[in-house]
Amino acid sequence: MQRVVSRAVGEVSFYGAVAFFFVLAAFPFYWMLITSFKSNSDLYNVANIPFWFNEPPTLEHFRYLFEQTLFVRWLLNSLIIGVCVVAITLLAALPAGYSLARMTGRNGEALGIGIFLTYLVPPTLLFLPLSRVVADLGLQNSMWSLVVVYPTFTIPFCTWLLMGFFKALPPDIEEAAIVDGCSLFGAFIKMTIPLSLPGILTVVIFTFTLTLQEFVYALTFISSSDQKPITLGVATDLIRGDVFYWGEIMAGALLASIPVAIAYNLFLDRFISGITGGAVK
Amino acid sequence: MVAIPNPVARPASRFRFILDRREVLGSLFVAPAILYVLLLVGVPFLLAVYYSVSAYTIYDPSWSFVGLENFEQIVEDPVFLQTLTNTFVFTFGSQTLGLILGKFGALLLLRPFPGRKFVRAMIILPWAVPVALATVAWQWMFDSLYSVINWTMIALGLITRSEAPNWLGTPHLAMLSVIVVNAWRFFPFAIVIFLAGITAVPQDVIDAATVDGAGFWRRNYLIILPMILPIMAIGLIFGIVFTFTDLSIVFLMTMGGPVGATSVLGFKGFQVGIVSGDVSHGAAISLFMLPVLLVVVVAMLRFIRRREI
Repeated sequence: MQRVVSRAVGEVSFYGAVAFFFVLAAFPFYWMLITSFKSNSDLYNVANIPFWFNEPPTLEHFRYLFEQTLFVRWLLNSLIIGVCVVAITLLAALPAGYSLARMTGRNGEALGIGIFLTYLVPPTLLFLPLSRVVADLGLQNSMWSLVVVYPTFTIPFCTWLLMGFFKALPPDIEEAAIVDGCSLFGAFIKMTIPLSLPGILTVVIFTFTLTLQEFVYALTFISSSDQKPITLGVATDLIRGDVFYWGEIMAGALLASIPVAIAYNLFLDRFISGITGGAVK
Repeated sequence: MVAIPNPVARPASRFRFILDRREVLGSLFVAPAILYVLLLVGVPFLLAVYYSVSAYTIYDPSWSFVGLENFEQIVEDPVFLQTLTNTFVFTFGSQTLGLILGKFGALLLLRPFPGRKFVRAMIILPWAVPVALATVAWQWMFDSLYSVINWTMIALGLITRSEAPNWLGTPHLAMLSVIVVNAWRFFPFAIVIFLAGITAVPQDVIDAATVDGAGFWRRNYLIILPMILPIMAIGLIFGIVFTFTDLSIVFLMTMGGPVGATSVLGFKGFQVGIVSGDVSHGAAISLFMLPVLLVVVVAMLRFIRRREI
């Protein structure tokens, strides 16, 4: 009997702890959700129970967001920035990762670690000189400055990720292609790349989400509303003077968060093995 | 007489010949990435160092050398010393809290239970979602008037409405708030790192320890923890770097306030260097991150090496 009780207590505290973590992690997002569908009179009344609708839910905030703000523009900006950065990153990181994994031998490892370490140089150390670089390129206050700057952290990260990926790929296939008369370069293009599509897809997704998550460079380089990416726009542009448009802010934050959240959950394991440098197999 | 086709005489251009040499093509392949990083990380880094010993501002872009004057002026400023302390408190507090939450979260998620996948997906969210967007949600939860946290405490009878704290407007509470938000953002990352480490420990090692009579805690702290130490260290290094140099949480939630109580190095460097345009002092402030970063990089190199053994 005592065993049954202690087992029951154990179960209850286990699920209690799981519930605690669940609520801790998810509540702010629930809060975004509920806020974005509440009417203002419901939102700004301290007598109401805040956890649920006291008045019927409304799409007013979403309508305002799409019609009265630059939200769609910001989405488009983020999309353009993301696609361009992905292209630049792939062009640089694919051959670099391959070369470090296959062609440069012992030095490749050291060089790879060196490139990866630049990922740790923080934006808050580089934003002053980079804003000068951006100005010299004539890109101040333009979203194209971010297309130039974002690869500084996506290239190191993705080179590292792809290096690990290429190392795991058996070299026999390329060697067979070379024996059959393919050049080294041809073997890379015709054999290695098609076989690496899962790795490339991971890199594409992560580069894209990294550009969506970035905040510091965007804040530093861009002040015009119509040039802002989505994260910066939602976080800084929906405030008029001292008035926060909480319903709109939460609606925007929610819409921008959903795709990133899904992408992360799908590619989490690859991301972790990338970040720990293949320490986990 | 029929000539035997000579493979060397095949019309192969010199260009093709070079491209077929492994080390040449290898260098060509890695060059774009290295060039990009050198030009846009290496050179700017040196420029930042030079800014910090010059008198450069956006109003007077002179390159005159002033030695360590900027650093002297900064160190003499009591507000800066507070910023430095704040940065360490912010980093240490949020990493500790995040690691504790991460460790317990990972232990929970190790055990199979119905809906574990869904729970894990939800727990990843704070780390996955762009930090600026999650931070504005917290800012709204800490609102001085409509804070849901205060509402709940009042409803539970813990405090009265007149006692309700102004989270972001009181120095210590503001610091606590930014630490909590950062720990909240970091703990899912700690969980996945712990999980990755623990699941990589071979089951036979754990079984052997169990057979030898090691209980739950001993297995945890004497067997598993030392084995996952390198992977944990790498995770922690990322946490420290990104927290120590962070600017977005403080910028969005408190603007360094009230009266500098939550000002951290990254934020201060931004305020001085970008907002006020005093580039040289801003760069000098940012460079105060460097010693910590160097220590972290050395630690990182050690752990990357160790995992290969």
